[in-house]
Amino acid sequence: MQNLCSVGKRVPKLDAVDKATGRVKYIQDLKVAGMLYGKILYSKYAHAKIVKINTTRARELPGVLAVLTGDDIPDIRMGVYKDNRPLKKEKVCSFRDEVAAVAATSPEIAEAALKRIEVTYEALPAIFDPEAAMKEGAPLIHEAHKTNVLKMPWKLHYGDVEAAKKEAAHTVEDRFTTTWVTHCCMGTSGAIADFDPANNLTIHTNTQIPSLAQKDFLEALKTMGISDRRVRVVKPCIGGGFGSKLDTYAYEYIAILLAFHTRRPVKIEFDRTEEFIATSTRQPTITHISQGCDQNGKLLFRDIAMILDNGAYTSWGATTPSVMMMPITTLYRVPNVRYEAKCVYTNNTYAQAMRGYGNPQATYAIESTMDMLAEAAGIDPVEFRRINANQPGDVSTQGLRITTCGLTECMHAVKEKLEWDRPRQAGEGIGMASLIHVGGGARVYKSDGCGTIIKMDDFGKIDLFTGATDMGQGSDTVIAQIVAEELGLEVDDIHVIHTDTDVCPWDVGSHASRTTFIAGNAALGAARKLKARILEMGAKLLESPLEKLNLQGRHIVHQDDAEKKMAIGKVLRKAHFSHGGQMLMAEHFYDPANENMGKDFRGNMSMTYTFGTHGVRVKVDEETGKVEILQYVAAHDVGKAINPLLLEGQVYGGVMMGVGYALTEQVISEKGQNMNPNFRDYKILTAKDVVPIKAPVLETYDEDGPFGAKGIGEPGCVPTAPAIANAIYDAVGVRIKELPITPERVLAAIREKKGLDLCGQAVDKGDADECIIEE
Amino acid sequence: MAHEISFIFNGNAMKMNIEDHWTLLHLIREELGYTGTKEGCGSGECGACTVIVDDKAVNSCLYLAAEIDGKQLTTIEGLAAADGTLHPIQKSFVEKGGIQCGFCSPGMILSAKALLDKTPNASEIDIKEAIAGNLCRCTGYVQIIDSIKAVSGYGEDEPHVVAFKTDEGERGE
Ligand code: FES
Ligand code: FES
Repeated sequence: MQNLCSVGKRVPKLDAVDKATGRVKYIQDLKVAGMLYGKILYSKYAHAKIVKINTTRARELPGVLAVLTGDDIPDIRMGVYKDNRPLKKEKVCSFRDEVAAVAATSPEIAEAALKRIEVTYEALPAIFDPEAAMKEGAPLIHEAHKTNVLKMPWKLHYGDVEAAKKEAAHTVEDRFTTTWVTHCCMGTSGAIADFDPANNLTIHTNTQIPSLAQKDFLEALKTMGISDRRVRVVKPCIGGGFGSKLDTYAYEYIAILLAFHTRRPVKIEFDRTEEFIATSTRQPTITHISQGCDQNGKLLFRDIAMILDNGAYTSWGATTPSVMMMPITTLYRVPNVRYEAKCVYTNNTYAQAMRGYGNPQATYAIESTMDMLAEAAGIDPVEFRRINANQPGDVSTQGLRITTCGLTECMHAVKEKLEWDRPRQAGEGIGMASLIHVGGGARVYKSDGCGTIIKMDDFGKIDLFTGATDMGQGSDTVIAQIVAEELGLEVDDIHVIHTDTDVCPWDVGSHASRTTFIAGNAALGAARKLKARILEMGAKLLESPLEKLNLQGRHIVHQDDAEKKMAIGKVLRKAHFSHGGQMLMAEHFYDPANENMGKDFRGNMSMTYTFGTHGVRVKVDEETGKVEILQYVAAHDVGKAINPLLLEGQVYGGVMMGVGYALTEQVISEKGQNMNPNFRDYKILTAKDVVPIKAPVLETYDEDGPFGAKGIGEPGCVPTAPAIANAIYDAVGVRIKELPITPERVLAAIREKKGLDLCGQAVDKGDADECIIEE
Repeated sequence: MAHEISFIFNGNAMKMNIEDHWTLLHLIREELGYTGTKEGCGSGECGACTVIVDDKAVNSCLYLAAEIDGKQLTTIEGLAAADGTLHPIQKSFVEKGGIQCGFCSPGMILSAKALLDKTPNASEIDIKEAIAGNLCRCTGYVQIIDSIKAVSGYGEDEPHVVAFKTDEGERGE
């Protein structure tokens, strides 16, 4: 391995000082001169006809400049199916439906105006259970769609599952469910829309997809009758993403519409309640799974039928089965696979992308049943996984090509660091679960590309313009390290600009753990081009053969002649400041050679895959059902840790989010209404819940990755829940098949196993009904 | 009703006319224009709005501006030295990965400061206790706790991360 100066180092985040001193500006901190404040009125029903909206009294309020309803706006469409509008017309399909919006001179006036809007609804029968919504005669969410089942083709069958079932020596079958959880970004959503007199739009907004958002907004302008204008998307500092900013939302369009109507900049900023209620969730799933193996423990088949609660409108949540296919077909070697997923419209909140993009739900079912199958086959669960582990060079049934793969090593690391074989006390248990995730981009669109432009100034400093989005994960820093490494500069010499579509090149978005790999490769490509030109100039200036020269320590250096050396800045000054000079700038667009899925969903969607194994030691209190995590080990094959400090941050953050997913987090939805839209009742973990964690890193040097790296943004939260569920089973012999694994559920399962009723009494027919359950 | 109060803001004496219903958060962000103090919930549940009043970390979204009269107020902008040198806690957060999206960071850092000013040798348990009201969605708190531990006199534990690397080109079992 070459000697690296920047890559592989624990470089602090480039923006950390500004963040530590409170200097960075989030959307909450931005004001534009003349700005108005927009507020949104949401539905009072889960499903209802909008009979009439009276806005007169709202308009009369001094300080109110615009009140809009669905009737006042053109037919702007949002969502994967274009089944959603910024303001609803005729009917509402969920409690988070936007019914009217106000722009006023202060947030208080806007709020007061909302209260003066009178909406007359006529309630419609609503449906909240996706299985019920699939039935014939169920109320339709979108009549024109004719059924509540989304017409999406999520169905694959590789090999012959039925034949394999007959052949299998051991088979397990079960049902697993997961519920709504939400991103809980600490910085809430918001946008400022502003038109110039020629109707060019500038929108400041929290987004992970600046280029695609620009396209969405341009389309909206077209629908508004404004064509051939420009849209500039400016990203403020983003207070957390985790997938939540992967789509464009009603509030952004509403800000645009209000700005257009008032000819003033309009800001919409969510408060915390709104953030809980009106942003999208991870999608709940019902998974029927069976897996089988032969006598020797070799997996023979995996058969999964899944129902996803899509909610009332489509967003990227509806497409998560595409990513679920990856663990379903390729987590472990499995020759026969069948999978079918149905996304179902209901009157619940609609789902979106959230860290892992379906992978956590699928892996929960797969890895829980892996343990069950190991037990059925009488094989140690680690050994069972080892027998079936993916290996480098494998091509799975889906056509995923495994290049580097440290899965076996990760399991080994977990075993060692967790002291797997240590004797366990009563109530103590250990569990393991593994993951596969896209680690080299994910071709979900036609392009998986990202652009980079770099320019160098007279002093050898770089301005780098990337399409990537840094929402806290640290991509700016990783990109700077890669470029500094290639150009022999210091990380401090690289200024990364990612905030403005006016200057930044195109990118498909920060999703799929793709930024280090894709944006990193794009930056590396641009740096290489620049390097070639600097060296060429250096060869002339130093009168040396090109092959002998290199960039190091901010200088062009000669391999064999220490005297022959010139500061890069000096080369640049000569380039710029001379007769017939030239500008040192380079651009590179990197679009990997990964493949779109074909008709049968085969296709190598990523250049490489990230693997990992999590292991956990828990203690379960049999009296209360409380689960305590004693030890956690999360081992990942990351290709190469470009920045171990930030990498650890991704793993720790992911694991803690995963632990929340496993144990505490859930949106409590009652007939479509969010009953816990606050941090008191929606339990994300606090510092007191931090688990003792170790995060061993395995470097397999993937040859397509920048300096060998693969993506690691999402994996941390993928196998957490099944690892914990498996440990709970090991501890007390109950298998929890429903997330989150609350003490109530554990206790109920323990009591059921012991043949006790819910109050802990022996079930005796005579007094069974005397059991009073206290909340 | 408006009335005049005086207080010390990041080391400088101030006099101001305030409305009785203003929260301290409103005073800082909207009236003084210092945006380093964040609002994550507005109801005392997240700690993003933490500032230090005299020696105590408080949620400025719940604290009435009027009550600052005669007191010392420290916000994140008041922590670094005048020449820009970071406060040791800030420096530690920067270096130890205590900051990702940064939205929780000002509040987190101020909670840590209030703790360490009072308990310089704060243990991990003290630290967790002191920042239990400061939510962070990005870091999983691990590196935040590391950051604070590194500047408390209590000393550092072994690193959480142990690299096990295969040699280049060799995959090994
Ligand atoms: S904003 Fe004050 S505690 Fe959340
Ligand atoms: S760093 Fe993002 S919330 Fe703490």
